[in-house]
Amino acid sequence: MKKRTFLAATLAATMATGAFADGHEPVKVGFIYVGPIGDGGWTYEHHQGLLAVEAEFGDKVETVYQENVPEGADAERALTQMALQGADIIFTTSFGYMDPTINVAQKFPDVKFEHATGYKRADNVSTYSARFYEGRAVQGHIAGRMTKTNKIGYIASFPIPEVIRGINSTYIHAKKANPDVEMNVIWVYTWFDPAKEADAAKALIDNGIDVVLQHTDSTAPQAAAAEAGVISFGQASDMAEYKPAPRVSSIIDNWGPYYIQRVRAVMDGSWESVDTWDGIGPGMVEIGEITDAVPADVKAEAEALRDSIAAGEYSPFTGPLNKQDGSAWLAEGEVADDGTLAGMGFYVEGITGEIPN
Amino acid sequence: MIRLEKRPTPSQVWSWATPLVAVLATMVAGGVLFAFLGKNPVEVIRTIFWDPILGEFAFYYRGQLLVKAGPLILIAIGLSLGFRAGIWNIGAEGQYIMGAIFGAAVGLAFYPMEARWLIFPLMIIAGAFGGFIWAMIPGILRTRFNTNEILVSLLLVYVAEQILAWAALSALRNPEGAGFPGSRNLKQYASAANEELIVGWGMHWGVVAAFIAVIFAYILLSRHILGLNIRLAGEAPRAARFAGVNPERLVLLCLGISGGLAGLAGLFEVAGPAGQISIDFNVGYGFTAIIVAFLGRLHPIGILLAGLLMALTYIGGEAAQATLGLPAAAIQAFQGMLLFFLLAFDVLTNYRVRFGREVKA
Repeated sequence: MKKRTFLAATLAATMATGAFADGHEPVKVGFIYVGPIGDGGWTYEHHQGLLAVEAEFGDKVETVYQENVPEGADAERALTQMALQGADIIFTTSFGYMDPTINVAQKFPDVKFEHATGYKRADNVSTYSARFYEGRAVQGHIAGRMTKTNKIGYIASFPIPEVIRGINSTYIHAKKANPDVEMNVIWVYTWFDPAKEADAAKALIDNGIDVVLQHTDSTAPQAAAAEAGVISFGQASDMAEYKPAPRVSSIIDNWGPYYIQRVRAVMDGSWESVDTWDGIGPGMVEIGEITDAVPADVKAEAEALRDSIAAGEYSPFTGPLNKQDGSAWLAEGEVADDGTLAGMGFYVEGITGEIPN
Repeated sequence: MIRLEKRPTPSQVWSWATPLVAVLATMVAGGVLFAFLGKNPVEVIRTIFWDPILGEFAFYYRGQLLVKAGPLILIAIGLSLGFRAGIWNIGAEGQYIMGAIFGAAVGLAFYPMEARWLIFPLMIIAGAFGGFIWAMIPGILRTRFNTNEILVSLLLVYVAEQILAWAALSALRNPEGAGFPGSRNLKQYASAANEELIVGWGMHWGVVAAFIAVIFAYILLSRHILGLNIRLAGEAPRAARFAGVNPERLVLLCLGISGGLAGLAGLFEVAGPAGQISIDFNVGYGFTAIIVAFLGRLHPIGILLAGLLMALTYIGGEAAQATLGLPAAAIQAFQGMLLFFLLAFDVLTNYRVRFGREVKA
């Protein structure tokens, strides 16, 4: 620990003489991306958030970003580099940046850090994430109503709580809309790998599914769905180029308003470490246009579901719900608490297959 | 009219000059690329090659150079021995992963016992052993069944990646990690942490091991009979056979050493800079080390310099992304040019450029 203090002192001394000394300079905002800004999904939407910050504040901000940053030792260096060069606030936009963010934040107590989708905070580290599972409920409903084979497929990335929440939410609402529905889940262990994602989509389609859902970031599953004539949903980004079919709707991550709010907090000195988890209501999760490939009545039901979630009248995890092993989870009318959702490591009743571990 | 004329013997001068020429050519061609992207090429080249060593924040970057170069040098030294003997271990990335898993598993098995004198050395042994075992698979398959070690070692990388995912999700997953993948952080476990030896210098045990490997390889190749056998097997396989070199033993030895060193690199990385076993723990050191080995002419000192140079393009390239807004792809293209020019100029080692028509004597 003594060593770290020494390093912190060295770094802090350098910073004090550096760009940080003058409070009137533009606020420097940094972003660390896990993929390329042109991925058309996750990183693309974070970059849209950066552009929204620029559009909002103009000359009062200076933005920097680094793309394709591996999660691990390289992330720590990228973060240190940005902090050394005078960034005032840095957004780290992937789960794997959690420990690096905490480590670097210790060395730079005057820099604000914002880590997406993690659970470790500090005085100068906030966390933020979106309730994507609210959007999954709407998709699940459409999927359940649209499937003719009664089989829907789900391309899952990593078995972490965020992904498992999405699978459960999708299944619960598909099942409500269509009691005969079955869901196939394929794990691809990547966030972004067009070849693997396409293979997974094809395997699902060969297996007789006619709705493709994805929790990965490329548009490759959309292309596979288009070829096979089945439907799909845009993920993280609207993926509008596949409208009106196969892409019949989408979940859009809308980070811009949050980023603008946090940068403004740095400017006026009101920034505090917080944990933000917003959904459809505050606009962090948007449902992309439901196209005419969906019958009008299904579209109306889906929009009603969306609006009731947005208004806070309905939570996608409302009992009665059992866990996969048949044990009781939520009683009639009971709503899951955020703690359980944040660490969700089980399937709900009816999903076949196991969570890999 | 330009012709290439084969040299009677490879040129010693060009053999050492081509890396330097390749670096210069990369700077020029890269500069043109950066200019097309609307950046000041001189500024970009300065950011990549100058700032990390002598710029404003060099006190931080110099240490990072060692952190990045350490595993590259350690792996490349091992690979160079095999490459010299015509034994092609392309799967160092997989051996690196297995070393990390073995080493981390040993460390985590002792958690939370504090006994650094015991645990850290055991982890080092386990790390080297993990890489060694993984390299023995292509080794034994080649000596027993005459399979191609290039293919087998390469394909085993993908197997190792699957094992890594399994380790991160299940076997070594942090029980206090709220269900998220990834092991405990070894850096926060004093008995297992591969800490910086002098704070801020970047020098950790893995870098020390890399320097030791350079010295040993140098002595081995210049003074030891095994080094002579390796060189002979590569340059004149038939002569080596007559000289009594056992080719099977040599295959196992070269693969074993390179696997062991790659495993060590993985162990030092997972216990140090990376800190934990995670699904995407490996970032390609095992493949980049192949470039480093050739850039360094398969010579220990050359590899030392090449590893530092490669690390510089990474560190400087990242700096150029963050400060000048260059896309990541431009930096990757820039690094690719380095290998391209190296191979292109290598022609000059074996051939002479002649102008004018061929004169028949």
